[in-house]
Formats: sequence, structure tokens, C-alpha cells
Amino acid sequence: MREKELEKLKDYKYGFSTDIENFKAPKGLNEDVIKFISNIKKEPKWLLDWRLKAYNRVKVLKEPNWQKPKYPKIDYQDLYYYSAPKSFKEKPKSLDELDPKLIETYKKLGIPLNEQKRLNGIAVDAVFDSVSVATTFKDTLTEKGIIFCSISEAIQKHPDLVKKYLGSVIPITDHYFATLNSAVFTDGSFVYIPPGVRCPMELSTYFRINASDTGQFERTLIIADKGSYVSYLEGCTAPMRDENQLHAANVELIALDDAEIKYSTVQNWYPGDKDGKGGIYNFVTKRGLCKGKNSKISWTQVETGSAITWKYPSCILQGDNSVGEFYSIAITNNHQKADTGTKMIHLGKNTKSKIISKGISAGFSDMTYRGLVDISPKSSNSSNYTQCDSLLMGNKCGAHTIPYIKNKNANSNIAHEATTSKISDEQLHYCQQRGLNSEEAVSLIVNGFCKEVLQQLPMEFAVEAQKLVGISLEGSVG
Amino acid sequence: MENFKTDFEKTLKNNNLSEKEIAFKNFNAKEFSSHGFPNRKDEDWKFSDITQIIKKEIGELNFYTEQLKKGEIDKDILLNEIEHNKLIFINGQLVQIDFNSEDKGKVEFLDNQNNIDEQLADNSLINLNNALSNKSYKLLIKKNYQIKKPLIIYHTTKSELTSQNINLKINFELEENSSLKLIDLVKDKGNKNFINIFYNFSLEKNSIFKNYKIDQFENDNIRYMFNNIKQSSNSVSETFYLSKGSTFSKNEIFCDLKGEHSSAFVNGIFSLNKSKHHEIKAKINHLIENTKSYQLVKSVLENKSRSVYQGKIYVDSNAQKTDGYQLSKAILVDETTEFNAKPELEIYADDVKCSHGSASGSLDENSIFYLMSRGLSYKEARELLINGFLVEVINQITDEPIKKLIKNLYGLKNEY
Repeated sequence: MREKELEKLKDYKYGFSTDIENFKAPKGLNEDVIKFISNIKKEPKWLLDWRLKAYNRVKVLKEPNWQKPKYPKIDYQDLYYYSAPKSFKEKPKSLDELDPKLIETYKKLGIPLNEQKRLNGIAVDAVFDSVSVATTFKDTLTEKGIIFCSISEAIQKHPDLVKKYLGSVIPITDHYFATLNSAVFTDGSFVYIPPGVRCPMELSTYFRINASDTGQFERTLIIADKGSYVSYLEGCTAPMRDENQLHAANVELIALDDAEIKYSTVQNWYPGDKDGKGGIYNFVTKRGLCKGKNSKISWTQVETGSAITWKYPSCILQGDNSVGEFYSIAITNNHQKADTGTKMIHLGKNTKSKIISKGISAGFSDMTYRGLVDISPKSSNSSNYTQCDSLLMGNKCGAHTIPYIKNKNANSNIAHEATTSKISDEQLHYCQQRGLNSEEAVSLIVNGFCKEVLQQLPMEFAVEAQKLVGISLEGSVG
Repeated sequence: MENFKTDFEKTLKNNNLSEKEIAFKNFNAKEFSSHGFPNRKDEDWKFSDITQIIKKEIGELNFYTEQLKKGEIDKDILLNEIEHNKLIFINGQLVQIDFNSEDKGKVEFLDNQNNIDEQLADNSLINLNNALSNKSYKLLIKKNYQIKKPLIIYHTTKSELTSQNINLKINFELEENSSLKLIDLVKDKGNKNFINIFYNFSLEKNSIFKNYKIDQFENDNIRYMFNNIKQSSNSVSETFYLSKGSTFSKNEIFCDLKGEHSSAFVNGIFSLNKSKHHEIKAKINHLIENTKSYQLVKSVLENKSRSVYQGKIYVDSNAQKTDGYQLSKAILVDETTEFNAKPELEIYADDVKCSHGSASGSLDENSIFYLMSRGLSYKEARELLINGFLVEVINQITDEPIKKLIKNLYGLKNEY
């Protein structure tokens, strides 16, 4: 029995769950639950009204159905919309008051919350189910005027900033899942970088779904004021469970004049077992607004987890000379499905965007790149370059490319390239001849295929991502 | 839709139809009336909302065609540059069949075909065609016969024809080892009509089929042409579009490569101005090993015009060793134009070579400067670059006389 469990753990090492008492909102989606969430977070009235307005729209909206991966109907009344460790009814003031079980959980995940032991200087905000449990390195950041805290805290302490920017990129009139998030979002991170400040360390959020039957709806808001710079990392894991769990987050980025935001994600939610049972539905809305002149937003993502990944981190290039970038690696194995890509919407003059997407599918999985490049009539002298490559392993899986290209400006250029191929026998043979076993060889070749994207990740993440790429494809050849 | 219902009933009443045919037509009419004309909510019509276009350009359509007069064939529509076989349609009705230069018994043209064939899912314009096209024609090329002269199908309308929907359906069958060269020539005098043409092709082993669709002459009709092609082993299909004259045009090709070593080539030119809106949508299905497809589409857009290219390569999990290629390029000559593309790959087999590319932008200023520094005027330099850009597609045409004909029609000198 124990051996069996160990075997399981080998496949997905974050698959354990923490036995911790939870405090939940009543099951189901209704006005009372929204009021409950708002009340427990002691939110101001405007925010409750905003949530309710979003909820009223959810009631009339339909779930989108154009995506490739289909999923069984989600019963939204059978979910918990708020779940928090019981010890959190009153938020602990410092790390010392934190439930040791939580600290243990994050230790297992490799995210030490204890600042003294940190060597590599990354400030972490850890989100456990619905609430943010700890934020590290607060003092160092406060010195520079940087605000990095949970969004609940920001609502209390910096209501002006939140009110000004919340929903300014993803309005409550957006699509079904984004609007649902606006109605019931529980926690997430908030970052504000003051003018001219270069954030001295990587900021990081770690998301963890623990309780069963819960949906996680976090909301992240990052504002880079004039001339500032921030690099932000996001990691995610969840326990192994047989049922599918919904994760519908919203991420909003706003870059003002001359500001730059770099947003990196390593998404490793539980992908389900070998037969496609269980796993997370990762239906996330991520959107960045290059509001100011010369601003830049860069998305980097490594997507290896989730039963279904369905997300399109986008850039709205509103400011003149603004730049949008999207680097993505998506790996699907077994019965995983991914429909991911980006949108680059050029509105300002001289705007530039670049898309590099690498998709790898193995087993019985299905991978789709779906992207939009839209250059509006006013956006003169803009350009886009898109490259999407797919790698297939076996003939039970699928790889698809669906780009939408709209050029409405005669002075702008769009170039798009896509290829689909497989790992050639010569490459494998060469590596094996030099002493690698077949899995090492595949891992090496795939890492080479992904190199352009991996290079974009911050150092600590790049190492982890490289390993992840290898692990995700284990058992897919030979 | 009211018009459609009454006109459909009239059509049923005035034609001698078998029970089966009536059931088939009723089914299609029901499908069409429940869905109506496609609009931008349909993924396939995302970039070309034909409901809006018909509303804006035509308004109410008449669907009943029995009362239409055929009239005389105007001599000026005929093409004299090339010897050819003829099928002449005036106002959607067949007025002349001429296969005089072919061997007897090798080419059959039948016009009393049972008007029933397999359904194509989710295409309400095909439903419309099936419901209303009162005859289904069939052209049969017999085994081992290579057609000697190209066949030109003239699609013409009389100048008094307006606000009319015309549906035409022809099935083509190429038996083993046969070949056919087909030119569809659009010469409209009527205006503001909606013309819906549906072709089925069945290409048996080793057959060669070439189709050139020429919409060169200015007209303000709305046009939809659908080519449904099924290919057996070692067959070749080549389709070329010159998309220029109509106010709105959408050419769709749906090609199943069912036999090994079959191949499909699709080439197209959009040369648009004056608010025209044209689209090519190609779907190539690689269903078996060792098949090949190649698509090349180029646009030159001026003066509020808009072109759309939707190309899809589908590779079944059985279709190892597929070679699929797709390229679309566009020159946006002025600020008011728009180019939309959706080049798709849907792939379920791993040992394949598939790629697509798409590029759009303005004329290269450096090249214009180069040419002007050598004494050309701006206009000449521009023309030279545009012609050079488009001629690459015309040069893909494998039939020399037809290549020459199309260059002539388009107004290109032969040295290109």
C-alpha cells in the first residue's frame, strides 16, 4: 500500500494534501455567498457593489464554447467559493503566529517562508486555497516604496490604487470566467512599483489549492508606475484528487510611461492521472495594458500541469512605442489538453510585439496554439513577429495552430511562421550513442527545442523549468 | 426569410420531382430557414459577414428562378484567345453545350441527375443550393481519356437581372487515368445578385484535374463558390483563383486526400480596390499516408478593399509522411485596406512536415527608391513591384496556354 502511494508521489511530487481544518463559505453561488466573502474580508461597500454587478452579469452570460478541449459541464452550485485555514479567521500578524502545518506545506513545496533562511532574495506571497498566508521581505520592499501584499490587504490599506485600477484591464463586462472571478475573487497578490523604482528583487506568488470541492479564484493586480521595473514570478501546485477542480484567476497588469513588467509563470497544477482522471481546469484570464509611452510587458509561461489549460495572456499596446512579448512552452502528456496562446492588440503608433510559442504533445494529449494579432488603422509603423513550433510524440496526440491575423494598417508588418515536426531518429540515435538513455535524450532534445523560451525565465525558475520539462515527458517514448 | 419560404414552395410545385428529391429539398430548406445566411458568429464567416453584406448591397432577394428568361448569347462574352469546349449559363440556366472537339462517347454531360448527394455539415449556403437548384448536372470523363481542349464554363447574367439568387450545382467525375482542365469564367452584366455555385468532384486513380476560376471583370454581384473535391490515389488537383471583379466573393475549397500519393495545389490572387471584399477558404484533409498539399495566396489591396484567407491543413493520425505547406502574403497599398488571415494546422500524426507562413505589410520603399533611381516613375516602379509580386502565383500554373491566357486577361506582359 505504502509502496503504491510512493509510486504515485513519484509521478506528481506536489500531489500530497495538507490535513488542516478549513473554514468555508456555504456551498454554491449566490448573492449571500458573495456578501459572505465581502463581509469576511471587511471590504468597502463599493467593492461589494462591484462584485454584485459582476454577479448579475454572470447570471446572463454563457460559458464560451469555441475552444478545442471540451469539458463536462461544471456545476457552479456544487463548489465552495471560499475556503481558508481555520487559524486564519483572524489573520496572523507575523510568520511566528502562522500554523506550523502551513509552513511545513510550503517547505515541502520548496517555498521557504522563513526569511532568514532565504538565500536567493525572492520576495514571496503564498496563497493557500482562498487566502494569502504570508508575504516575505516586506521591510526591504517598503523602504523603496514598493507595495507587495495580498489584494485583501491592499483593499484595506491602499483603496485608492485598487479602486483606480481594479477591472481597468479586465472589466466586469468581460467573458464568463473573468466575470465570475470578479464576482467571487478571494485573494491574490497586489504589486505597486512607484515611479522610477527598479524593484531590487524578484517578486513571487505561490498558489496552492488544498481543499477539495473548491474553486480557486484569485486576482492579481500589478501596477508599474512611470519609469519603473518589476519582474514577477508565479508558481502553482495542487494535491492529487479524483475530481476536477476549477481554477479561474484574473491577472491584470498595467504599465505606465517607460515602465516594464516581466511576468513569468511556471504552472504545474495537478494534471490528472495517466487515464485522465482528475486534475485542475485552469481557465485563467491574463491581460496586460501598456498604457504609457515606451512601456513594455513581457509574458513568459511554462505550462506543464492541469487537465485542461485554457488561457491567453494578452497585451494591449495602447501607448506609443510600447512593446509586448509572449514566450510560451506548453507541454501536454497523457490525457491533458491545452488551448493556449496570446493576443497582441496594437493601438498605439510604433508598437512592437513578438510571439514565440513552443508546443509539445505526447501520449493522448491535445495541444492548441491560438493567437490573435490585430493592428488597428491608427497603429502606424507597428510590427509583429510570430513563431509557433509544435513537436509531436506518437500518433495518438494532436498539435494545432490557429492564428488569427488582422492587419488594418498599410505601414505595419506582420510575419507569422509555424512548423510541426517530430524528434528525428537521427537525433535520438546520436544522443543514445553517446551514453544517454532514451528519456535523457528526449529531455535534452526537448530542452533544446524550448531554449528560446527558457532563456527568458529568471535563473532560479529556469533550472526548475528545465527539470519540469524532462519530468513531464517521462514515459512518453520507448 | 418570408421570400425564401414562398419562393421555395413555388419551386417545389413547378418541378417534377420524385418523392426522395422532395424530401431532400424539404430537409435542406428547413436547415436553411432555421439558420439563415451565415453571419460573423459562425467561425467560418468570422471575417466576412455575408448576412450584413447581402443586406447592405442587395436588400431583399428573390429566390424563384423559373420565370427568368435565358435570352440570346451575347457574342462579346466569348473568349476567342483559346480553343475550348463550352458550357454557357445565362441567368443560371444552361443555354449551350459544346464538346465538339472531343472524341465521341468519352465525355458525357448529363442534366437529369438525381439531385441528391451527401450532406456537408453546417453549411447553410449549400443547404440553400440543394433546396433551390432545380437541376443537377453531371460531367463524366471516361477512363483513360485526356480531354483535348480546356472546358470553359461561362457564368453570365443579363443586364436586367437584379436582386436574384441563383443556385447552380454540377458534379464532376473523372474516371481512372482521365484528365480535365476547367476554366470558370465570370462575365456578369446583371447587378446586385447573389450567385451560389456548388461543385462536387470525384477524382479516381491517376486522374488529373485543373480548375482556374477567373473573376476578372468588374461587376457588383455577390458570389459564393464551393469546390468539394475527393481524391483517390495518385490523383492531382490544381486550383487557381483570380479574385478581382465582384463586389463580394468567397471561394471555398474542401479537399479530401483519400488515396496515397494524391496531391492538391491551391493558388490564389486577390487584386482588389473600391471597397471590394474577397475571401478564400481552403481546407485540405490529409487522410492517408504520403499525401501532399501546397497553398499560395497573395493579395494586393487598394482603396478600402479587404481580403481574407482562411487555410487549414488537417492531418489525420493515419496520415504519416504528410507534406503540407501554406503561404499567404499581402501588400496593403494604402491606409484604408485590411488583410485578415487565419492559417490553421490541425495535426494528429507525428511523422509529418507541415508549415505555414503569413506576412503582410506595405510596399517596400527601398525597392521603389531603387527603381526610381534608375529612371522609372513612381507609378511605374509601383506597378513593376506589384506585378512581380503577383506573377509568382500565376507562374505556379502548370498549363502553359492557360497561364498565357490568364496573364493576358490580367494585363501582364508575357515577359513576367
